[in-house]
Amino acid sequence: MLTAENHPRPPYKTYHEWYAAQDTAHLIRKTQDAENIFRRTGITFAVYGHADSAEKLIPFDIIPRIISAREWRKLAQGIEQRVLALNAFLDDIYHKQEIIRAGRIPRELIERNIAFLPEMIGFKPPGGVYTHIVGTDIVRTGEDQFYVLEDNARTPSGVSYMLENRETMMQMFPELFTLNKVQRVEDYPRLLRQSLACVAPPGCKGRPRVAVLTPGIYNSAYYEHSFLADQMGVELVEGSDLRVIDGRVKMRTTGGYEAIDVLYRRVDDDFLDPLTFRPESALGIPGIMDVYRAGNITIANAPGTGIADDKAIYSYMPEIVEFYTGRKALLENVPTWRCSEPASLKYVLEHIEELVIKEVHGSGGYGMLVGPTAAKKECEDFALKLAARPHNYIAQPTLALSTVPIFVNKGVAPRHVDLRPYVLVSDKVKIIPGGLTRVALKQGSLVVNSSQGGGTKDTWVLED
Amino acid sequence: MLGRTANGLYWMFRYIERAENIARLVDAGLRVALTRAGSSDEDWHGVLESAGVREEYGQVHADMTAANAVDYLLRDTANPSSVMSCIEYGRNNARMVRTALTRETWEATNEAWIDLKARLSRPLRAADLPDLIDVIKRRCGLIRGAFHGSMLRNEIYNFSRIGTFIERADNTSRILDVKYYVLLPSISQVGSALDNFQWESILRSVSAHRSYGWVYDTEYQAANIADFLILKVQMPRSLAYCYEKIVSNLGYLEADYGERHKAHETAAAIKATLKRGSITDIMDQGLHEFLQDFISRNNQLSADISDGYRFYQ
Repeated sequence: MLTAENHPRPPYKTYHEWYAAQDTAHLIRKTQDAENIFRRTGITFAVYGHADSAEKLIPFDIIPRIISAREWRKLAQGIEQRVLALNAFLDDIYHKQEIIRAGRIPRELIERNIAFLPEMIGFKPPGGVYTHIVGTDIVRTGEDQFYVLEDNARTPSGVSYMLENRETMMQMFPELFTLNKVQRVEDYPRLLRQSLACVAPPGCKGRPRVAVLTPGIYNSAYYEHSFLADQMGVELVEGSDLRVIDGRVKMRTTGGYEAIDVLYRRVDDDFLDPLTFRPESALGIPGIMDVYRAGNITIANAPGTGIADDKAIYSYMPEIVEFYTGRKALLENVPTWRCSEPASLKYVLEHIEELVIKEVHGSGGYGMLVGPTAAKKECEDFALKLAARPHNYIAQPTLALSTVPIFVNKGVAPRHVDLRPYVLVSDKVKIIPGGLTRVALKQGSLVVNSSQGGGTKDTWVLED
Repeated sequence: MLGRTANGLYWMFRYIERAENIARLVDAGLRVALTRAGSSDEDWHGVLESAGVREEYGQVHADMTAANAVDYLLRDTANPSSVMSCIEYGRNNARMVRTALTRETWEATNEAWIDLKARLSRPLRAADLPDLIDVIKRRCGLIRGAFHGSMLRNEIYNFSRIGTFIERADNTSRILDVKYYVLLPSISQVGSALDNFQWESILRSVSAHRSYGWVYDTEYQAANIADFLILKVQMPRSLAYCYEKIVSNLGYLEADYGERHKAHETAAAIKATLKRGSITDIMDQGLHEFLQDFISRNNQLSADISDGYRFYQ
């Protein structure tokens, strides 16, 4: 919130004045209020492998993260460029594979990748869109300096927290929204529905029937699935509700079977169709891939998009962006060592205590090592795993992340954050001004994942 | 609406109704223990039987004590019909059908779960029971109030209501059946202290000990009590009232979908039996037989509804 000279940074000016006039005890009460709102509403997630599989709350911080309109515009341009490149890349690798032929990406990296689906080769999804919903993870290191950490192109989650965080802030501190001109995020569900309807199969007559596919109430993100279906006014379906009948995917309703045109699935590729992928999957719909390939349903995001946000592909993103957009990437990539390359592996093993090492296919902060904060023994153990399966890992330096203030009982304290803006792709690209700011609540920590004790806060993009 | 959603709504409201009814049964049981000289822990047999869990209780507890019975009925999650289990299942179903519920209805259900989970997580003290039972009834009342005040009168509403009334009819008929012998003219010693006491306990189990007096003589009479709980459409927990509602809610569904199912015939036939019947006939033919037959027809209706509206397939 403050500059080196202890002045509030320009976007925080109004907020800072307001904050200075607040009583700390009052704000502590507000923090408690926020928790009660989340608990009553049932905004919870499940932590896998937790003994009592209890529903947990994600800690919410009451100080908003504030981004100026100017800084946002720059960021949004960079995100749009990146998302367009991702879609062009997917279209290319499932068709002509020009990027491979041009020698910019090794063939085996694509074709031996488990996220690459041969079933998608030569198939063009309705509207030509692969990643309908993208959540790009971004960190800020200084004024106008942003790095992309990850492109979540499969089924990015967390957007319900973006919306509920804003709702909670407006409920608790309405006066802040008169003092500051904050850009709206509330339109997201409506835009999502429009965006999904827009890419319905060409044969679809009338208003497209949209549904959200969830693995069910025990899934860690179930709250979000029901929230989005509810807000969009569409059905929330499970695999057991769906069946392929006469070449269409239909849902079992109280009045009979009714066809679905667009399925926003929150189920991984592997589980989507037991006839094509994992045969034991009970979450999917047998035969849906045939309906899809016949052009009778839109699946969002398209199967096989995981190849684009794979951590091994990530290191090639600057080349990918340049290859498809003809321009240098506006957003920077974090320098990445591919441990599959012997020289890189050697470097990583020698500098393990300075680096963050991630599994290529991991997510949610599981199975990673944060060198600078890990114990010596942890680093040694990890080095053994790394040496045994180098192709399974990438490594990145820890960035000098900027911090934002969070509210603690004694006042404010700085913490590291990242930012996940949400992007909708149909015939155009829409970026919701704001996103989910995740906070590493432990002092000095760089891990923001909710499964690892991270929290969230509201994210404001100011109007000019 | 999805068949699974209709199923979720139906069961959500069955479980909420059951939770409230179990709380009432415990309340009546405690009342008996308080007021009856020489009452024994054996009285809880009847309460457990009305709740349909007497055998299951025996598998967990060797002896019958008030403390064990109350614990089993209110908080034991090994008992699928305990208040805690019902609230848990009810809320799980609500989570599953969340998109069909208004925010008020969902929050009332979720808060009931949060509150009762906290209260029922620790062993119960006898002194806290009256307050606890009150909270359970109030929490269920809040869910019902939010539901009535905020839900659209559409198919969602109808499936929810049908669940409520099928469960309620089942509960009322079980309460009567467990005590049917105290209502038989041949055995009962009319007006004895023992009978008065048993009859009041039945009425308390359905929160009807006061309203009975508004409809009949203040004197308890076996035939009147049976009439009140079986045939009186003004009485909201009577079988006749439940079937008035079930038939009308099924009728709305029929109009909505333009489709009539076997469930409609089953419900209409049960309603006709209740409408035609007089309490004397029922008593003459055998109250126990009548109730047994009713319970099985009520179950049949539940199965017909789940078939007709594709709850499972």
